[in-house]
Amino acid sequence: MGVKKTDIVLLDDKGIRCDGRKIDEPRRIMIKAGVLKNANGSAYIEFGENKILAGVFGPRDVHPKHLANTDRGILRCRYHMQPFSVGERKNPAPSRREIEISKVIKEALEPAVMLEGFPRTVVDVFIEILQADGGSRCAALDAAAVALADAGIPMRDMVSACAAGKVADTIVLDINNEEDQEGQADMPVAYMPNLDKVTLIQLDGVLTPQEYEKCANTAIEGCKLVYEVQKKALQEKFFGDSQE
Amino acid sequence: MDDIKRKYVIPGDVITTGPYRAEENVHLFGDKIIATTVGISEIFDSGVRVIPLTGMYIPRIDDFIIGIVKSHTSLSWELNINSCYAGILPAADVFGRDFNPKVDDLTSRLKTGDLIAARVANSDRSRDPLITISDRDLGKIEDGELIKISPSKVPRLIGKRGSMIQTIEGATKAIITIGQNGFVVVSCEEPEGLLKAIEAIKMVEEQAHVPNLTEKIQQMLGSNSE
Repeated sequence: MGVKKTDIVLLDDKGIRCDGRKIDEPRRIMIKAGVLKNANGSAYIEFGENKILAGVFGPRDVHPKHLANTDRGILRCRYHMQPFSVGERKNPAPSRREIEISKVIKEALEPAVMLEGFPRTVVDVFIEILQADGGSRCAALDAAAVALADAGIPMRDMVSACAAGKVADTIVLDINNEEDQEGQADMPVAYMPNLDKVTLIQLDGVLTPQEYEKCANTAIEGCKLVYEVQKKALQEKFFGDSQE
Repeated sequence: MDDIKRKYVIPGDVITTGPYRAEENVHLFGDKIIATTVGISEIFDSGVRVIPLTGMYIPRIDDFIIGIVKSHTSLSWELNINSCYAGILPAADVFGRDFNPKVDDLTSRLKTGDLIAARVANSDRSRDPLITISDRDLGKIEDGELIKISPSKVPRLIGKRGSMIQTIEGATKAIITIGQNGFVVVSCEEPEGLLKAIEAIKMVEEQAHVPNLTEKIQQMLGSNSE
């Protein structure tokens, strides 16, 4: 976003990336569940330099009422970037990009949530990007899934998301902002680890069929790593140290 | 009952595979039985279920609940029952069968903010749950302090055969009314006892997953009274 082209080395001869990671190494991930008192469920995630808050309300009454579905509950999702989340002030009004990401996050969560038990209600997911650093849609999804579980919304499975991409002709896991700007491809993937199903796959860039497959598999491996962190966050909140 | 297997689960955790009946808060995927909420899974006889540790109150027929009057129409009151649906209390339930909306003023009996002890008469999710107060021990709650706890912690507050609630009531001389929906009303003639009872209830909510909680509550109440 507004970054000038630089001549940074994305991948050196030893296979080390611009931020010192190996090609199959994700950034540092930290998730905390239940951080907001007024929301029914919430989560905070730090994914590399991304800092994201997610809050879930509901199931609750739908307003405006014409949106309500008499057969099942509906899911609404808002992805929003704070003005200070990027280098240059971002206009707080929803941009084209934010509206699109809200939609894809909603569609990535929908296969997991079971709202058929809550007709005429809505579950609202609010995601605030406090600091953005590439791959924020994946991090936002991870936080949203933990917040939904924290709110007690029935879910078929957790949703874990992670990106992979192509940088300097190599498939790498979890691309950061620089790699996103300068790299050749970016593929965010959301995945339900226990059901082994993909709920989101996007691709920005050009890949050969072989690269595509490798990239998708790399991203899924990343999702599995994220899942362990999500699991830990929920266990910490609800079960503390005790294990039965 | 001794061979119940318990385990902490989060959504997506595979509880077991095999010929079990999927009961509450689980779903069947192939031959796997998967938890759908954060909670404690139980495998018993031939069924599997998860006792949730979080989530909203879902009204069930015959549940004893505490409601707060939100508003009223000419025919019924709307109650906050701590659920995603508003409880509907028909005026005929309070005024009797000769209720006449032209003559009877609903606010003369129940005003906004009043607490009532009630029972769920009907709940089928296609309509808002129907609430009744026409039974013994039901009706307006005249005095007491309202405490909101998570509905999933209600069984813990009651304890095995009411042990927890008896402990608190015995030590504080308070009268505690617990609604299945997580609303609790505490009344006590002595303000000391009231504060202690509230503190104990909040402690149960915070430490619901801790073993031997009844003893800890006993200790807490005992040490306070010294």
